[in-house]
Amino acid sequence: MSNVATIPHSAVGEWKQPSKGVVGMACLIIAEASIFIIFIVAYLYYAGKSLSGPTPHEVLELPIFTSICLISSSITVHFAGSALHHGKRNATSLWLALTVLLGGIFLVGTGQEWYQLIYHDGLTISTNLFGTTFYSLVGLHASHVIVGLIMLSLSLIFSLTGQMTSAHSEKLEVLSLYWHFVDAVWIVVFLVVYVFCR
Amino acid sequence: MRLFPASIVDFLAAQSPTSIFSPSATPAHSIFDLSMLVLSITGGIFLVVYGLLIFVLIRYRHKPSSPQADHEPPQIYGSMQIELSWTVIPILIVVVLFLATARVIFSTESIPKPAKRIDVTVIGHQYWWEYRYPKLGVVTANELHIPVSSASDPLPTYLTMSSADTDHSFWVPRLAGKLDVIPNKVNVMWVDPQTTGLYLGQCAQYCGTQHAKMLLRVYVDTPDQFAAWVAQQKKPAADDTSVAAGKAVFEHNSCISCHTVSGTVATGRFGPDLTHLASRDTIASGAVKNTPENIRAFIDDPAAFKPGALMPAMHLNQHDLDLVTAYLTSLK
Amino acid sequence: MATQTTAVVDRTVHAPRGRVFDVVKEWLTTVDHKKIGLMYIGYALIFLLIAGVEALMMRIQLAVPNNHFVSPQTFNQLFTMHGTTMVFFAGMPILFGFGNYLVPLMIGARDMAFPRLNAFSFWISAFGGFLLYYSYFGGSGMYGAGSAPDVGWFAYAPLTARVFSPGHSTDYWTLSILVSGVGSIGTALNIVATILCMRCPGMKMNRLPLLAWLYLVTSGLVFVTISPLTAAQIMLMLDRYLGAHFFDTQAGGSAVLWMHFFWIFGHPEVYILVLPAFGFASEIIPVFSRKAIFGYPAMVAATVGIGFISLTVWAHHMFTVGLGAPGNAFFTFSTMVISVPTGIKVFNWLATLWGGKIHFEVPMLFSLGFLFQFVVAGLTGIMLSVSPFDWQLGSSYFVVAHFHYVLVGAIVFMIFAAFYYWYPKMTGRMLDKKLGQWHFWLFLIGFHVTFDLMHIPGLLGMPRRIYTYEADRGWAGLNMAVSIGGAIQGIATLIFVYNLVHSYFKGKEAGADPWDAWTLEWSTASPPPAYNFAETPTVESRRPLWDLKHPNDPDSKYEG
Ligand code: HEA
Ligand code: HEA
Ligand code: HEC
Ligand code: CUA
Ligand SMILES: [Cu+2]
Repeated sequence: MSNVATIPHSAVGEWKQPSKGVVGMACLIIAEASIFIIFIVAYLYYAGKSLSGPTPHEVLELPIFTSICLISSSITVHFAGSALHHGKRNATSLWLALTVLLGGIFLVGTGQEWYQLIYHDGLTISTNLFGTTFYSLVGLHASHVIVGLIMLSLSLIFSLTGQMTSAHSEKLEVLSLYWHFVDAVWIVVFLVVYVFCR
Repeated sequence: MRLFPASIVDFLAAQSPTSIFSPSATPAHSIFDLSMLVLSITGGIFLVVYGLLIFVLIRYRHKPSSPQADHEPPQIYGSMQIELSWTVIPILIVVVLFLATARVIFSTESIPKPAKRIDVTVIGHQYWWEYRYPKLGVVTANELHIPVSSASDPLPTYLTMSSADTDHSFWVPRLAGKLDVIPNKVNVMWVDPQTTGLYLGQCAQYCGTQHAKMLLRVYVDTPDQFAAWVAQQKKPAADDTSVAAGKAVFEHNSCISCHTVSGTVATGRFGPDLTHLASRDTIASGAVKNTPENIRAFIDDPAAFKPGALMPAMHLNQHDLDLVTAYLTSLK
Repeated sequence: MATQTTAVVDRTVHAPRGRVFDVVKEWLTTVDHKKIGLMYIGYALIFLLIAGVEALMMRIQLAVPNNHFVSPQTFNQLFTMHGTTMVFFAGMPILFGFGNYLVPLMIGARDMAFPRLNAFSFWISAFGGFLLYYSYFGGSGMYGAGSAPDVGWFAYAPLTARVFSPGHSTDYWTLSILVSGVGSIGTALNIVATILCMRCPGMKMNRLPLLAWLYLVTSGLVFVTISPLTAAQIMLMLDRYLGAHFFDTQAGGSAVLWMHFFWIFGHPEVYILVLPAFGFASEIIPVFSRKAIFGYPAMVAATVGIGFISLTVWAHHMFTVGLGAPGNAFFTFSTMVISVPTGIKVFNWLATLWGGKIHFEVPMLFSLGFLFQFVVAGLTGIMLSVSPFDWQLGSSYFVVAHFHYVLVGAIVFMIFAAFYYWYPKMTGRMLDKKLGQWHFWLFLIGFHVTFDLMHIPGLLGMPRRIYTYEADRGWAGLNMAVSIGGAIQGIATLIFVYNLVHSYFKGKEAGADPWDAWTLEWSTASPPPAYNFAETPTVESRRPLWDLKHPNDPDSKYEG
């Protein structure tokens, strides 16, 4: 049959495709969201089915302040991104620092809550179904906050040492997508755990 | 609906005591009728698609000798009408299949319980079955007795099922489809066997090492036989003085922590109720025939018949073994 | 077929062979999608053989009633390891291997979108397979040989709880699946990013080779199905190690919840396995019929449709659990609906053959076997989807026959077809045709003896996962025949392995385009150089090489 060489190169107008980073992060977010959905379904399914106490109503308090901190960190990370885009390095560092701070406050809040629950209310993961589903769902979210904070702190260090320039603004964009996702998940977790099932 | 070759079906029905093609109670019957419809429809699809495929392979094979051999065939990229037809026809078939199925689902699962019925509580245990008749005051194991049900005077049996440990499944193919026996969940199944006799089956959900020997035996009795059986099972355990020594061995070993013999100190519930052990045809949930030799061998080492069974080897000496066997054999 | 001259400077084939150490180091540290693809394939082949041997051991045990070839414990470990290995460590990696190798080549890309992530995904998946088999040593401490997991491949709760499964074997099972799941998600992410972002100029989405489309949908399914499995495995670990109660029925937990979580993964998983096989068929059948694929847009739409519908059918594995009439009715319907898009695919392949000039080369033989067998497998699937029928057939050997008809009759057949078709591209040598024909016919006979007959014990009431059975049930003769069929498949597989090795050294030189095919991978040398294409290709239709070979009648004229 015929001989084949390389395909000749002919002009094909403008050739644009989506950014790899964004597509990759979107895929990751879909996968992570599926994991969260399963944990949330388990939480809802077992809500009120514990055979023994304590119940959510007895021990849970609304973490309003820390939640506000976490949600606002979505805004600050957005500002960090646009500052980097415009090449304002100091502003970038400032906004990133604020984001890390707000995320950190949230984590400390979770830590305090858990301390309270474990040492004062006697609720651990093996106490009852509420403990099981509560610690695993909130813990899963907290572990995502920790990963996000590590990445953000690294960006902050790069930004402070001047290794991050506007050429990296897409990377920071991708990171902030992740951070928005972590915040969005918190809204759902908050509603499920502290509002509907309390 | 006998489009599907009846000879094949009858042949298969005769091959095995557990064939799904020889139904003997309403649930199994309605499944059987539905399956004939489904087999006919899928058989028809099979014939059409295979016919087309074979035709195409023969008609359009490459013939090196033909003058056109070196030319590529005309390229056809698709056709709206044809593609629409093989989308719509399957949709219609699916609708038919679904409606037929839905009828059977609802007629089996969503009918009101009649007032006149037998109630049995079925509890699955790792590798044996516990049966309780709460209204009749009977507790037994491994061999289920139920009365026959006739069209003129229906007497269905309702099995309320749950598990003491892992998942099991209750499957006696000639009576009904299977239904899982799950801890922390109650499932209900009904059967109305139309002919007397012994119906076999076995646990159909993997439940651990001896899943294979968790066999099911359902005895469908005439009303008289059933009444006699119930009366017999309600009696307290036989207390024959000639086997008192065996009873003593039984009561002084840990047997009593796992087994019940009514009227004695034995009230364990981990293993089968032995009150009327000798009235059963088999032991170890159908694994072997109920003979004194087998009972003796089983107590000596359950793993001989049923490796993995949850009864430990009891390490009784030969003398005690004989005594205990004699005692158990007396429990008519 | 004439010999080729290629414009591409071919460095790989003639490069002097380095010392062993260099070669090993090169493979261990590579981030090249072709090498990673080949490692995936090699690794999966080894597991296919191991799991095949496990299957044969089960068949020896079941050949006669009341057999004592293996103990019940060993038998239960065998089917658990066989099922788990076949699905997670043979099926998945072999498909990812072909995907890794082919997708960039077929869309004219230089490599995958994230080469390092790709290497990471491979190694972590490989580690998962290692963990699973390490359980033979570590399951109950180093001394406890033969302590592999025995909970079945869907590991229903509460059998997996510490009380019922002490020791560590179940933990190895969980961990290995958790770990390899991470790898699967990584690879799927890579494939999606590659297809969406790395296409060569002119390769619009509606010109994507169907294989790439099918990998795109498969990968999309991976995100929404492997993740629930990961979540469920995390819960199981929490139960086993921290005393949580997700599936602890003593503390109010639910056994049924695990079933839902598992099958939300498990059902789409079988489509994850079959879609790439559809992809191979959609490339191979047209080439050997010498016709363009019939109804490309419908094929794409059907694929996407299957992807979405497959997410709504999982509880058809739970018809016997006691879902209640409405639940059973719903899942019966959604399951049956899948036959519509699947039927579209079958009929489009048929229409591709129609009016063609069918060449019965070895890849085509396997593809035709696939086509015939897939139809039967689908129809037995429809029988199972009729929930009352499933109350009889579920968990019986009928189900085992149904799924082997798909997994072996469709997927393994298409994997063999893919080997015969793309081996020349991967190695530069053709697989031996005579041996290939022997392999095909023997495997076909073995397959049918095994899996056609296997339906019948199911109809006669034989449940699955039993290590032995009573002689009075009428199952004995059939089981003996099934076992003999298994042995024939084993012999055929050995011929195949021999062919792979033999042809690597002695096979006929393939040249760039031995099959006179139309997609981009055939435009570069065999094996392709590290950079794939000397010059980034540009395409104007779905079959760029067709255009090149038929300048007067290019495909682009017909594309709507
Ligand atoms: C790749 C693997 C694969 C594929 C593609 C399928 C495809 C299908 N499967 Fe199968 N299945 C498995 C692998 C697969 N399955 C496995 C592994 C298990 C068991 C797991 C376990 O328990 O261990 C299983 C179990 C299983 C069950 C549960 C049985 C039980 O445990 O009780 C059911 C029930 O509905 C089912 C149904 C179907 C259906 C309806 C399809 C459909 O997709 C088939 C569609 C195709 C066609 C119908 C043929 C072509 C169409 C036409 C020619 C058009 C005209 C047709 C009609 C209008 C009907 N399968
Ligand atoms: C892709 C998936 C796949 C494939 C290809 C196969 C292939 C085969 N399977 Fe398997 N099977 C499953 C997936 C698969 N299976 C799953 C998911 C289960 C359910 C498990 C569970 O219940 O938990 C199962 C269960 C299962 C059972 C039921 C066990 C039970 O319920 O008790 C049986 C029994 O016959 C069986 C048999 C076979 C046979 C004979 C083959 C044959 O086709 C195999 C042919 C291949 C070979 C025979 C290899 C030959 C190789 C050699 C001879 C070479 C040796 C040489 C060297 C090592 C160099 N399988
Ligand atoms: C640790 C619990 C345990 C102890 C102790 C125990 N058994 Fe059992 N026994 C069982 C279990 C569980 C079974 C069911 C085995 C099966 O069929 O899988 C059983 C079954 C039996 C059977 C068969 C019953 C039937 O209906 O098929 C007999 C007989 C029996 N045991 C006798 C004894 C005797 C006698 C002793 C004491 C010497 C004893 N058992 C001690 C747990 C125990
Ligand atoms: Cu009980 Cu299987
Ligand atoms: Cu399925």
